This record gives sequence, C-alpha cells and structure tokens, in this order.
Amino acid sequence: MSRIQAIFDRLKQQRRKALIPFFTAGDPNPALTVPLMHTLVEAGADIIELGVPFSDPMADGPTIQRASERALKHHVGLHHVLDMVAEFRSSDAVTPIVLMGYGNPIEAMGWGTFAQRCAEAGVDGVLTVDFPPEESHEAFAHLTKYGIDPIFLLAPTSTDARVARVAKQARGYVYYVSLKGVTGAGHLDLAAIEQKIPQLRKHINLPIGVGFGIRDAVTALAVAKLCDGVVVGSRIVQEIENSTEQNVVANVSKLVKELRQAVDKA
Amino acid sequence: MTYNYPDSTGHFGPYGGIYVAETLMGALDELNQAYEKYRHDPEFIAELNYDLKHFVGRPSPIYHAKRWSQHLGGAQIFLKREDLNHTGAHKVNNTVGQALLAKRMGKPRVIAETGAGQHGVATATVAARYGMECVVYMGSEDIQRQSPNVFRMKLLGATVVPVESGSKTLKDALNEAMRDWVTNIENTFYIIGTVAGPHPYPMMVRDFNAIVSKEAVMQMPELAGRQPDAVIACVGGGSNAMGVFYHYIDMPGVKLIGVEAGGHGIASGEHAAPLTTNSPVGVLHGNKTYLMQDENGQIIETHSISAGLDYPGVGPEHSWLKDCGRAEYVAIDDDEALRAFHDLCHFEGIIPALESSHALAHAAKIAPTMGKDKVLLVNLSGRGDKDINTVARLSGITL
Repeated sequence: MSRIQAIFDRLKQQRRKALIPFFTAGDPNPALTVPLMHTLVEAGADIIELGVPFSDPMADGPTIQRASERALKHHVGLHHVLDMVAEFRSSDAVTPIVLMGYGNPIEAMGWGTFAQRCAEAGVDGVLTVDFPPEESHEAFAHLTKYGIDPIFLLAPTSTDARVARVAKQARGYVYYVSLKGVTGAGHLDLAAIEQKIPQLRKHINLPIGVGFGIRDAVTALAVAKLCDGVVVGSRIVQEIENSTEQNVVANVSKLVKELRQAVDKA
Repeated sequence: MTYNYPDSTGHFGPYGGIYVAETLMGALDELNQAYEKYRHDPEFIAELNYDLKHFVGRPSPIYHAKRWSQHLGGAQIFLKREDLNHTGAHKVNNTVGQALLAKRMGKPRVIAETGAGQHGVATATVAARYGMECVVYMGSEDIQRQSPNVFRMKLLGATVVPVESGSKTLKDALNEAMRDWVTNIENTFYIIGTVAGPHPYPMMVRDFNAIVSKEAVMQMPELAGRQPDAVIACVGGGSNAMGVFYHYIDMPGVKLIGVEAGGHGIASGEHAAPLTTNSPVGVLHGNKTYLMQDENGQIIETHSISAGLDYPGVGPEHSWLKDCGRAEYVAIDDDEALRAFHDLCHFEGIIPALESSHALAHAAKIAPTMGKDKVLLVNLSGRGDKDINTVARLSGITL
C-alpha cells in the first residue's frame, strides 16, 4: 500500500481530516528545507507538498512566485529537491511527500530519469500544474511504473466530463482548487465548494483535498468539514517570507499547530 | 492546401498542445468551440473582411525597394507593407479577428500581453472600436523602451499594467495576463498576440494573420511577374512570419526563412534565437516548443535590441516547420539589424520597426549573393516610429 493511501486510511478510521502544508524547496535557503519538512511533520502535517522552484510559475500568485525566486537565487534545481527528499526520507519513513511544480524542469531531466529518481528518493506523488490529462498520459506512465502517484487538479470550471477524465488517471488524492484565480488569491466561497464536492464524488473515489485561499484556522476548519484534506500553501510561504532565518522554524511550527487544531475540530 | 496542421488536439507534430492548469481548461474549450463555430460563418467573415478593408486599410501594398536592391547589387527585394496598416503593424489583423470573436462570445473585457507595445496598441485600438474594457500587461523594462506606445494605449482608453516580476519583459507580461485570465474567466477574453500559447491560439493567430500571404500570392505575379524565390520574416513568437509563410507552405519552389534575434551575437549567449541555436524542447506558456533554458529547465533571460523579439520560446508551428525542413531559421544580431534600419530609411524613405529590421538585414545579407533576376519578399511587419527613442539613444542623441 502506498504511503498516501495508508495515511488517508488511518485518518478515515480516526475520523480526522488531512492537513497538507506546501512550501517551496530552497526557500528561504536550501539548508533550511529538510529541517522545515521535519518541523511540519512535528506540528501535525499528514502529507507535505514540496514546491519545485520554476522561473515562470504562471498559475501561482506573487507570494509563491517570490518563494521560487528566492530558491532560484540559490540555484535550487529539481535534482537538489530530490536530494532533499532523500535526506528527509532517511529519518522519516512514513510521511508522504508530493512534489508540486511545473512540467519544464521535469521535461529537461526526462520523465523516465525523473520517475526513477523519485522512487529512489522516496517521493510519493507528483503534481505538475501545467500538465492536464490531455498532455500527461505518456509522461505519467513513467510515474505509475515506479509506483508514484500522479496528483491532478480540479477546478470550479471543470465540467462533469473533465472530472470523469481526471478520475481515470488520478492516483493518491485529487486536489480541488477552491477558487477561480491564482494561489494565495481572494476569499473563499464555501457554499460553492460545498456544492461542487458531491459532483466530484460522483466520479472520484480517491480522497479530495481542497486548497487555494485557505488563510487561517477559521477557513481551514470550514473547508476541512467539506472534504478529506486541507492544503495550505501561500499562508505558510508568507510566514517563511516574513520570518528571519533564526525564527522561521518556530514561526512555521506555531502556524501549522494552529491549523492542525482547527482541522481536528472538523 | 495539402498542409494540414495542427491536428484536432492542437499539435504540430510533437509541438504545441494545451499545457495549462486545470483552471484554464474550461475557458480554452469554450474558445475552441466558438472559433470552430465562427471561422466558417459567413456573417463573421463578412464583418471581419469589412473591418480589415475599412478600418485596417487592407490589402496592404507590396513595394519594390528598387534603390536599395540596386545598392545591394543582387536579388530584387520586395516589401509587404504591413507597416501601412492602421496602428502600424501586422498585429491588428489578429486583434480585429479575436475582438470580433470576443464580441460574439459575450465577453465585455479584453486583456493582452505586449512586448514592443504593437500588440498592446492593436488590442487597445480594437477595444475602443468595439466598446470593450481593455487591460494590457507590459514588462516594466519594455515600458521604458517603448514609451510612445504606452502613451498611445492610454490615449485609446486602455489600462497599462507594469509587470515587475522576472526579467520584466514579454514572457513575464504573458505570465501576468494568464493570471488575470484565470481570475476573471467569466467576463474576459485573452487576446494573445503571437502564434504561441495553448491551442487554439497558435492556429487562430496564424489564421488571422494568413491574410498577409493570401494577398501576397495574388500581388506578386502582378508586381514581380512571379512568386518570390524566398520569403523572409522576423521571428519572436512568430506571428508575422506565420502570416506571410502560410499560403506559401504548399509552394515548394518558395524558400521560407525565419530570422531570429541574434542580440549581442550567438556566441555571446545573449540572444533570443531558440531555433537557430537548437535550444532544447520544453514547455512554457501552454505549448511545447524549442525553448531557451538552463540545464535545470529554468527559462533564461533573452536579449534583443527589439522588445518584440525578446522572447525565450517560439510558436510551436515554427518548431515543426524547422524539424520537417520546410522553413529555415537564421539569426541577425543587434548591429546588423540597426544597419538595415538605417539603410531602409536612407534608400527607400521608410522607417522600419527594429523587429522587421532583422528580416531586412538578412535580405541584405543574401541578396548580393543572388542574381539580379531573383526575387526576395520581406514582410515589413511594422513601422519604426516607436523605435526612434531607442535608435537615437544608440546614436548618442537625446530627443
């Protein structure tokens, strides 16, 4: 059984929801990435989405773009990120790691090499923002060959037909983008999410995580009630941005603990 | 035509496609359906043709640059005068088409990215013409280089948003426009200005610009007695080149030559010539294509004297035409382009855009190696009024 499935099975038995924090590898500097990953787990993260820096993050808002820019100043590339996961994995055999980013760094490495290196490093899932099902069949066949879950996005604008199509290719869990816009944008429309989730469940048998626009404990709790997992990205990246290298670990830990408590009330 | 690309999923061989986040897929489906519905609709075509004639001023003439040809001492150079279009470049062919489509789709707001500002001006112009709200994203670096066009857009009622991220040029403006689109998808139509982006944009922008070669195929026999030996156009994203190439693709006797920006010279690494330098294939801005990137797959900063060519990728159809050998791609550096700019002013009384000057420079390079009975057709894709500040500065003159 995959680590992702094991986590969701356990959470289901405990009647709890998953907390899935995101941050960008190499932000604020590469030496802090593995310590921050362990911090997230200690503070209550169930799965970590680790951002792979990219020069042109089109689907992200300014907060996550700046995180990419900080990481790229340290020349953090995809192979560094894989090394970081391997280092993390040497002392944590349980927490699933999902790499999240854009397709081009993987294209540059080659999907076959990438999938093999993911398996060696202990990566559990890969979410490639700009590879919809239409373009990802061949690429993701490499991932599934090594038992890596391709994670797909669904959006408020996804039609029934598209949801069905994603359902066929998705593994692990599905990431529902809760608003129209980029990461870190505006306010959440909880009623719209509540209405959309049952439509997704008609086709999707996997757990459904919801992200984009979850800013605090209150919104995290409200969203957790509606789905299987809560993804928090920009808010954590913002905390990293506003911290010093001395207090970043403590600040992120405090924030994630608050989110954990909120999600556990759901 | 026997040439039949892209396929139904938007691929030109291995290039093109729809590489965007799920949040945009719905909007692209909607656009695809609308374009398929209206591209053959007689009413749509009639309205488009009316505006191309009476608003844009088509057909654009072809002009025999006799004095310059004589000075160069070889092939005869003919210019397709897209610089004489309303707004001063080929870009308006496409914006009229997309704005008419937006109108039919009930989108009251249009957005655009722009590099040199020509596409921004062409979009602001049609937005005013059809009564639409218009927002143009432009890199802050380009805003500096192209201030006359920024003011022009504002006169036309558009909001110009400076983009401060990344290299502050065309690619960053494109990122920002995509972000706007994904946020305002219900009421907004994104008018992409070049033959790149997710399907159907590369096809649609090409189709709207193909009027250039459709006219040229009819005009050349009248003016030159025959079709040209070669057609030459500059390539940034590649919209004017696809426009002037398209109806010549099925004529094997006509060479197609795309001219990329060589910047400070190919050897310097500071250029914008992904095809000429055989850059690796990658994915950016919704399509797969030759792409300037580092070994980690990060997009690298490009350089060109002309903002309109300062782009790390290229339209996917050009990647395909290169691979199948139908078109060849070369690079012209900043200095060569500048020399051609001055020569055309001097010998023909025409101030060309710095983008088009790259195509002119390549014509000037090969014309002397050809017989006087040979014929070159250069797409003079835009006029150079917008570039006079840049050229003055390079000549040490303050305007």
